[in-house]
Amino acid sequence: MSTLNPADAGFNSDHAEDTHAEHHELSFVKKYVFSTDHKIIGIQFLITTVLMLMVGGALALAVRWQLAFPWSNMPILGKYFASEGGQISPEFYTMLFTMHASVMIFLVIIPILAGAFGNYLIPLQIGADDMAFPTLNMLSYWFMWPAMMLFGMSFLFGGGPASGWTSYPILSAIKDAAPGSGAAQTFWLLGLTFVGFSSMMGSINYLTTIINMRAPGMTLFRMPMSIWGLFITAILQAFALPVLTAAGFMLVADRELGTCFFIPASIIVNNASPTIGGGQPLLWQHLFWFYSHPAVYIMLLPAMGMVSDMLATMCRKPLFGYKPMVYSMSAIAGLGFIVWGHHMFTSGMNPALGMTFMLSTMMIALPSAVKTFNWIGTMWGGRIQFNAVMLNCAAFVTMFVVGGLSGIFMAAVPVDIYIHDTYFIVAHFHYVLFGATLFGVFGAIQFWFPKMFGRMMNDSVAKWHFFLTFLGANGTFFPMHFLGVAGMPRRYADPYLHPYLEHLLPMNQFMTISALLMGVAQFLLLGNFFYSMFYGKKCGRNPWNANSLEWTAPSPPGHGNFDIPPVVYRGPYEYSSPLSGDKDFLMQTEPPVKKKKKDTGETEDS
Amino acid sequence: MKKFWCLFFMFWPIVALVVCAMAPGMNWWFPGESNSPIGVEIDGLFNLILIIVTIVFIGTQIAFGYVLWKGAHIQKNEKALYTHGSHNLEIIWTVLPCVVMLFIALYQMEVWAKFRVQSTFDQDAVSQPIAEVTARQFEWRIRYPGPDTKFEGKADITDWLKNPRPTDLYTVNDLHVPAGKNVLIHLRSGDVQHSFFVPELRIKQDAVPGTVIPIWFNVDNKTKKYDESIKGFSYELVCAELCGWGHYKMQARVVAQLEDEYKNYLLQLQKEQFDDGVSAESDDDEEEE
Repeated sequence: MSTLNPADAGFNSDHAEDTHAEHHELSFVKKYVFSTDHKIIGIQFLITTVLMLMVGGALALAVRWQLAFPWSNMPILGKYFASEGGQISPEFYTMLFTMHASVMIFLVIIPILAGAFGNYLIPLQIGADDMAFPTLNMLSYWFMWPAMMLFGMSFLFGGGPASGWTSYPILSAIKDAAPGSGAAQTFWLLGLTFVGFSSMMGSINYLTTIINMRAPGMTLFRMPMSIWGLFITAILQAFALPVLTAAGFMLVADRELGTCFFIPASIIVNNASPTIGGGQPLLWQHLFWFYSHPAVYIMLLPAMGMVSDMLATMCRKPLFGYKPMVYSMSAIAGLGFIVWGHHMFTSGMNPALGMTFMLSTMMIALPSAVKTFNWIGTMWGGRIQFNAVMLNCAAFVTMFVVGGLSGIFMAAVPVDIYIHDTYFIVAHFHYVLFGATLFGVFGAIQFWFPKMFGRMMNDSVAKWHFFLTFLGANGTFFPMHFLGVAGMPRRYADPYLHPYLEHLLPMNQFMTISALLMGVAQFLLLGNFFYSMFYGKKCGRNPWNANSLEWTAPSPPGHGNFDIPPVVYRGPYEYSSPLSGDKDFLMQTEPPVKKKKKDTGETEDS
Repeated sequence: MKKFWCLFFMFWPIVALVVCAMAPGMNWWFPGESNSPIGVEIDGLFNLILIIVTIVFIGTQIAFGYVLWKGAHIQKNEKALYTHGSHNLEIIWTVLPCVVMLFIALYQMEVWAKFRVQSTFDQDAVSQPIAEVTARQFEWRIRYPGPDTKFEGKADITDWLKNPRPTDLYTVNDLHVPAGKNVLIHLRSGDVQHSFFVPELRIKQDAVPGTVIPIWFNVDNKTKKYDESIKGFSYELVCAELCGWGHYKMQARVVAQLEDEYKNYLLQLQKEQFDDGVSAESDDDEEEE
């Protein structure tokens, strides 16, 4: 009955590499460093971004330290980075939150989703032997390194950029505007450009691969949701990113070449000579958010897709409403292009525009709601496997609900007048980016780890990691809503200078302790990851009894991925199908059973 | 263990709700009741949305907890429910949120229009702006038109914004406005971007370099205590847009005063500003006192 069920086929997964690529043995450097194999590149992205996650986390903890214990010496990290005795100065504080956001967004979340999982999963899940452009793929990884170095250099020269990850001019356009507005800002902008190049190369590759290289039978509506998420993300990147890159160049030109795209006339910053001007600072905000709002979905859609795959597998149930899920994802992406103005309700743009952007923003809540209900629908009636993967996915769903609902407050323009630029916003996007995306990523790491390394991660450690992270995350991010309602603005080195915020100190201390707990918990993930890579329990091809194509390949797949080019006969979520016999899954490669009709002798597919 | 995780996921929304219910009592809520009409409307809208999202939150979490609990208790040899979805359910959960969203969207438009769309600006306030506020790193510079200035139309105001007049009065970080009536200020930035944020009045407007942005509001002092020492009601003014290392310390205040006290304040300011310490006028003043 089954042609490619690994359990029946009896492949020895441990020596999978040996069955492939015997014809060209590659040198170590070609195989593991400058590799053009999508799996190696994916793993390179994964390891780099997981390490960067720790860096970004450390920066966040430093921010939290200052908010809980302002002006007191920061232990451990302070010795190395902050000024005298480990005290965080206000200019160092601005650098901390700027770099926390930059690292987390540009070096962790975007590359871990598109770079790591995009690279690893796309060819495997669509049944291709590699990406369409392997060399371009390699370059997309190696372009991350100049970006990381430039971000690093902005620390060393000039104390780090200090205009926030949004880099609003004039602060970012004039070198005298702040201690970090000099060389550090230029390095930061150049780093951003490299990240942009990297993403662009990736997205072109993904689009081409998904459109052209699907296995026979893999129609668009048989693709797993991860692929849909990555596909739509790649479209978003391809269309939105050029705008940011152009804006970045314009800003560099303003800084270095004396143009004035964003600088108005007669501005005197920090006693420098008046500007010649003629530019408009709001232009940057429009260009920046025209990219960065779609970027919010770039940071979410792949995670949504992966969670859909994992939920269906762990609930042993077909995904509830596959097509509505695809349509709502497309709707989110489409609407994502016309909502950028909601970041600018108080910016001084034409107030009439506020209404338009408010309407489109309200509408984007719809597909998000549809997705949430469908996830719950997927769990309904499922035979739920309570492993760490499932727990992380469940956390994704419940935290996404909070992040989605808090978004409605700021979509309402009048309410946004009050909560804009307060901690309410910080709470909202942390619930989406940490609560949803990162929990999705934690789940995905554990889910696809066996495919990547042929070994399982330890489930008990992973559960502890989940438990502590969940408590820490909610302890850190939930109280932020209250800080926001109390009117505490973002990016304040010392909010308690203002009498109306004084009483919030104990709450901030509680949040910092929660954040520390969350930070410590990440060492469990790191330890589990690297330990399991070498000493984890060995596994076969399909440890989760999942349906999609990657599970027909050896673990880890050799060069060229599949031993037999797969042919697809079914959708990706045929769990617990009445046709599956004693098993509860039907792999996508499982051919339809030919039943003989007794009377006529004709055959019928089922 | 399965039960533990089910309870875990049911427990945390309950904690969240309890904490939210406790928040106002613990002073984790708005910084006092709003002291301006726009603030009252914003708070009302906030509370309305809060009620709606709380209902949705409870509903979703109950559904979530229920499916999790059921999913944990399915027998080992039993298969999961084989279904690919439900057309009717999809329609219901698309249309329902759509209706709710449209309701919120349309309901709040009026508030926004009333306070931000120019055609509805209060004309009395427009014809006599109270002050020009210029945000700089890291202070708020305030320029009042002289107490006797009467503006003649829009062009005159534009001219005043462009060209300071000798009668103008200047202060820093201390904006006085008359209470109980619509007041208009012109906001601008002298260097980088800032944002004019008065939490207790629920007012926020970015100050954009190169642009003059009018903001109008009305301070009604409904719940505020009168401060004898400054003869008015004092509200904190802070900066809400990152403007450099000293962003957090752009501390200032908006003082709402009754009409007479406000006039006295301006006269006092005028006296201080034009007092050169030698002229006869200043001697007279001292004698009078």
